[in-house]
Amino acid sequence: MNNDDLGALIRKVFSDLAPEIDIDSVDPNAPLQATLDLDSMDFLNAMIAIHDATGVDVPESDYGQVTTLETIERYVSARIASA
Amino acid sequence: MPSLGADMEYGTVIEWLVGPGDVVRHGDIVAVVHTEKADIDVEVFENGTVGEILVPVGQEVEVGTPLATILGPKAASETGPIQAPAVEPTPPTGAVPAPTSLPHPTARTKAESQPTQEPARLSARPRITPRARRLAATRGVDLSQLAAADRVVTGDHVDHQAESRPATVTDQQTAMRHAIAVAMSRANREIPHYHLLHHTPLTHALAWLERRNAMTSVQERVLPAALFCRAVVVAVQRVPGVNGFWVDDAFRPSDSVHLGCAIALRDGGLIAPAILDADHLDLGALMRALRDLTGRVRSGRLRGREMTDATITVTNLGENAVEVVHGVIYPPQVALVGFGGIVERPWVDDGAFAARKVVAVSLAGDHRASDGRLGARFLGEIDRLLRNPEEL
Repeated sequence: MNNDDLGALIRKVFSDLAPEIDIDSVDPNAPLQATLDLDSMDFLNAMIAIHDATGVDVPESDYGQVTTLETIERYVSARIASA
Repeated sequence: MPSLGADMEYGTVIEWLVGPGDVVRHGDIVAVVHTEKADIDVEVFENGTVGEILVPVGQEVEVGTPLATILGPKAASETGPIQAPAVEPTPPTGAVPAPTSLPHPTARTKAESQPTQEPARLSARPRITPRARRLAATRGVDLSQLAAADRVVTGDHVDHQAESRPATVTDQQTAMRHAIAVAMSRANREIPHYHLLHHTPLTHALAWLERRNAMTSVQERVLPAALFCRAVVVAVQRVPGVNGFWVDDAFRPSDSVHLGCAIALRDGGLIAPAILDADHLDLGALMRALRDLTGRVRSGRLRGREMTDATITVTNLGENAVEVVHGVIYPPQVALVGFGGIVERPWVDDGAFAARKVVAVSLAGDHRASDGRLGARFLGEIDRLLRNPEEL
């Protein structure tokens, strides 16, 4: 999976959770939970969807590193590369 | 038309999943009903064969109106309507039996005067495609207006009609507010609430949960919300006086725990469907049930019993930076448990200050059914369980 595909996948995951928001208009560096009004169940569902699609399981202890579209993509991409 | 919640007055069948001659069994989903709050699957409570469909797709009818007849499995003369368990949830020993009377041949409905819905004028009926009926039901379009011209009414006609009405976008939200207004006004009018509040330290429980989650895959991870639900379910079994219904001037305790969960919708409003038989679920299973229910509230469908059978409800406003919830009980239930946000606070242990994660747990109790002393015991039990999460 190249980086464009991964970025599109991550945007799709969050777009499904917050369908009324145009995900392409969201600043890649904006804090996602606040910007998209996600609760912890939404965020967990996002982590599950990303795991199902990429095989990357983000442990809770790393949640602090995956707070924006940009940092999620960087994190998942690095984990795929090191797998 | 089953009552799918204390706030429901009317419903519209948007889909029939069975037709005359189909064999149905207890628990089968036979129809989908659109209410002010959601699209809900309607189950049948008997075995038999579908006789006649009495309410067509798209017709709004009052709660209690027979939707169809079922012929008994043995005697074809033995008939009964597809019905809800009761207008209000009643315990198995309830004095109000589920209606079993024969369907009234001419159910009084709001749509009865519309020529397009009149069963006696079948030959004059315009042709309306199933998709058009479904869209009309969900988008609130009056089919009689479209059907006036001699033509086949299609989904596109309905879409066009719906889009030409500027108010349509807010119709569903208006209906949702109306449904909440009905239920909450009744609660405030009828239920003498008492409110209790207790702060519980969570540092140990959260560390325990973190260790548990670190050992499991992402699908099996448990959120604090599920831990709270589990604590409520276990506490209810030890203090059953908060679990059940106030019906006919008496408290009717429930043997089962069907845990109502207040779930906010993204476009406003909330629904509090139940996790059925929550007392049979361990922590992991309860978390899966909560995930499933949240998903179906936001995108899919709920089942009728989930809307009617909650025996006690939990509301969790912790993620909205609110520290304390003073809840309003969903009638005919007799208690609502509120969890505020998890906050770090100075806490005194053995005479010394320490920083602790703390949650405010509140109880709104129905004073007709219980007193503060029982409520305090219940909150005390939740406190003890959350301090000892290994027991959950």
